[in-house]
Amino acid sequence: MNDLYRELAPITADAWAAIEDEARQALTATLAGRRLVDFEGPLGWQASSVDLGRTEDVAGPKGAETRLRRVRPLVELRIPFELERREIGALERGARDPELGPVVDAARAAALAEDGAIFNGFAGAGITGIMAGAANDPISLSSDYTTYPEAAAQAMNVLRSQGIAGPYAIALGPRCYAGLTSTTHSGGYPVMEHLRQLVDGPLVYAPAVDGSVVLSLRGDDYQLVVGRDFSIGYLDHDAKVVQLYIESSFTFLNNAPEAAVPLVYGSGGRSRRK
Amino acid sequence: MSSENLHEAREDLPEEIIDKHRAITSLIEEFDAVDWYDQRAAVTQDPELKAILLHNRNEEMEHAAMVLEWLRRHYPVIDEELRTYLFREGDIVASEQAATGKDGDGGEAAPPAPAADGSLGIGSLRGR
Repeated sequence: MNDLYRELAPITADAWAAIEDEARQALTATLAGRRLVDFEGPLGWQASSVDLGRTEDVAGPKGAETRLRRVRPLVELRIPFELERREIGALERGARDPELGPVVDAARAAALAEDGAIFNGFAGAGITGIMAGAANDPISLSSDYTTYPEAAAQAMNVLRSQGIAGPYAIALGPRCYAGLTSTTHSGGYPVMEHLRQLVDGPLVYAPAVDGSVVLSLRGDDYQLVVGRDFSIGYLDHDAKVVQLYIESSFTFLNNAPEAAVPLVYGSGGRSRRK
Repeated sequence: MSSENLHEAREDLPEEIIDKHRAITSLIEEFDAVDWYDQRAAVTQDPELKAILLHNRNEEMEHAAMVLEWLRRHYPVIDEELRTYLFREGDIVASEQAATGKDGDGGEAAPPAPAADGSLGIGSLRGR
């Protein structure tokens, strides 16, 4: 038994398998960052930080030069949820319609938290997000989605002109995704299909993204480092409910802020940051 | 010589390899002894002798564990493999998938399986 204490939960192996399947489906349907960035791990629960290879000077004994190694600590993420024992009992009797909504909600929340850190950043954990930290000026989007392929092509040209090779991918936020999938050009050709022909990498639905972002998949630019990969643990139970949680530990390294171009709604008049 | 099983000339082998050979040979002998004691204890009709044989078998297990620990300290790969597979619960093969993302045949693991450590086995979703 490890620190997830799963063996203490009043849940049979079959019910655990059903709960895990439900969580796995919700996580893989929601997670977008893991489809785009480099993945390192899982390094285990004991992993606590990533070496950054840098130092900072600190005052030390007279006559000595002293430096502290810099590391990026992994952030622990935990989403608690409760399952009714009545529904767990139904699962164990072979029910085909168990009420596992809390598992799905928790898995989605966990996925959105990870993707939020990857795309938008997480200051408390020292994480600079792909969009929030992009070094390139954002390109403005309008509600006329027939112009989206042109904006995407412009973004890819920005990357190419800096020597940042492809393949290029686009993370599409919900508003962009809905707009693109419901719009056709004047001749009836779907805009989404047009976009697929322009972009050599994947077009990924990314619920945590506001607008969208074009990024290079050449590798080493963006790294998700995972200690504990998403796991379900046990907290407590009484006669009516079992308290569980989804937990992970991770950090995200934005090594190349120049390898992404945000596409944002509104004027997007952000000055270039270097 | 610790055994007659050297496959290269004794004078060509460094002392470190000879020591590892000694340890590996000892480990084989200890587990052979466990196997022999198991068989003898299984067939004897004398309860007292059976108890002695099982006691001695368990001592061989202690000897094997000590030699295995020496090997772990001298072979980093053994250390890594033992950390992956030992003291886990659940499906042992799933431990390999969790550790490497590969199935037993070296191919990409098909649908993620629950890992022995409780992980949902999501990993990278690149290309999916």
